[in-house]
Amino acid sequence: MAHVEGQQHPLGIYIKVWGLLFVLSSFSYAVDYYHLEGYLRWGLILLFMFLKAGFIIAVFMHIKWERLALSYAILLPPVVLLVFIGIMTIESNHTFLTRGIFFGVGGA
Amino acid sequence: MAPSDTTATEAQAVGLAPGLPGLAADWSSDQRAFKNVPWGKAMMWIFLLSDTFIFSCFLISYMTVRMSTTVPWPLPSEVFALSFGGEPIPLILIAIMTFILITSSGTMVLAVNYGYRMDKKKTAILLLVTAVLGASFVGMQAFEWTKLIVEEGVRPWGNPTGASQFGATFFMITGFHGFHVSVGVIFLVLVARKVWRGDYDTGKRGFFTSRKGNYEIVETMGLYWHFVDLVWVFIFAFFYLW
Repeated sequence: MAHVEGQQHPLGIYIKVWGLLFVLSSFSYAVDYYHLEGYLRWGLILLFMFLKAGFIIAVFMHIKWERLALSYAILLPPVVLLVFIGIMTIESNHTFLTRGIFFGVGGA
Repeated sequence: MAPSDTTATEAQAVGLAPGLPGLAADWSSDQRAFKNVPWGKAMMWIFLLSDTFIFSCFLISYMTVRMSTTVPWPLPSEVFALSFGGEPIPLILIAIMTFILITSSGTMVLAVNYGYRMDKKKTAILLLVTAVLGASFVGMQAFEWTKLIVEEGVRPWGNPTGASQFGATFFMITGFHGFHVSVGVIFLVLVARKVWRGDYDTGKRGFFTSRKGNYEIVETMGLYWHFVDLVWVFIFAFFYLW
């Protein structure tokens, strides 16, 4: 057999994370089902989203067990997206205000 | 160290430093930077990184149009409600689709595991189950699109319930994601066939690259599939729940 450089781990951890993903998804759905509003709603959506994403990346995609050379090469570049999000937030606020001035809120 | 850290122990056995010194050593080694990672898997990761930026561009443009419109955004909770004879249940189809995708991620991860155990039969079956779940996800998405277009009159340029940007972002984002799922299903079936035939045991050469494959391909395939699930986590949160 050829040398295989693969990731092999006990099944238990996969099953546990699998169950956890189901629970977290139910929680996200519950946020909508029980009509939570405002910062509580957005905060919970983001919390469950990041937990789910984190477990998928760390365990299912094996990043937890990879060497830092790979993990950092994959996980650090997306951080610059925060700058992009910041720029577009400013941009859309500007557009919104301009539309409010020229078309009147509720129009356009 | 936990006995499960096979790759870490393997790395130390061949003299690779752990932690940050290891990071510096790997990148400055004047050799391949990703030790212990087959090239196919490294390339898949680079592709997924680029795909991350594509999906981020879609989601950020969705954020931009939703924040800048002066017309109220249609309520996803109502738009995507579905009734089974009685009261409409909010987002029920989307919830089912989410659970299907998570289930398929689970079967995929098991397929990878049985692949490395050289359990041909279980690997192939699990890959096929993953493909079937993926196909049913696409099927439900087709149903959702049809309902939205035919019954609710949503178009990329407008809709009766609110801001006209809703349709454009919805069809673009879920369409691109559905396309990823469809491509994944095709590749799952192809890999399942090769596993079933025993191509990865005998080192049979592939028809396209004429390289010998092995069970690492199942893991690489798994990375793609989990990424599709990962993107759905973000779409579900930002488009359907927000």
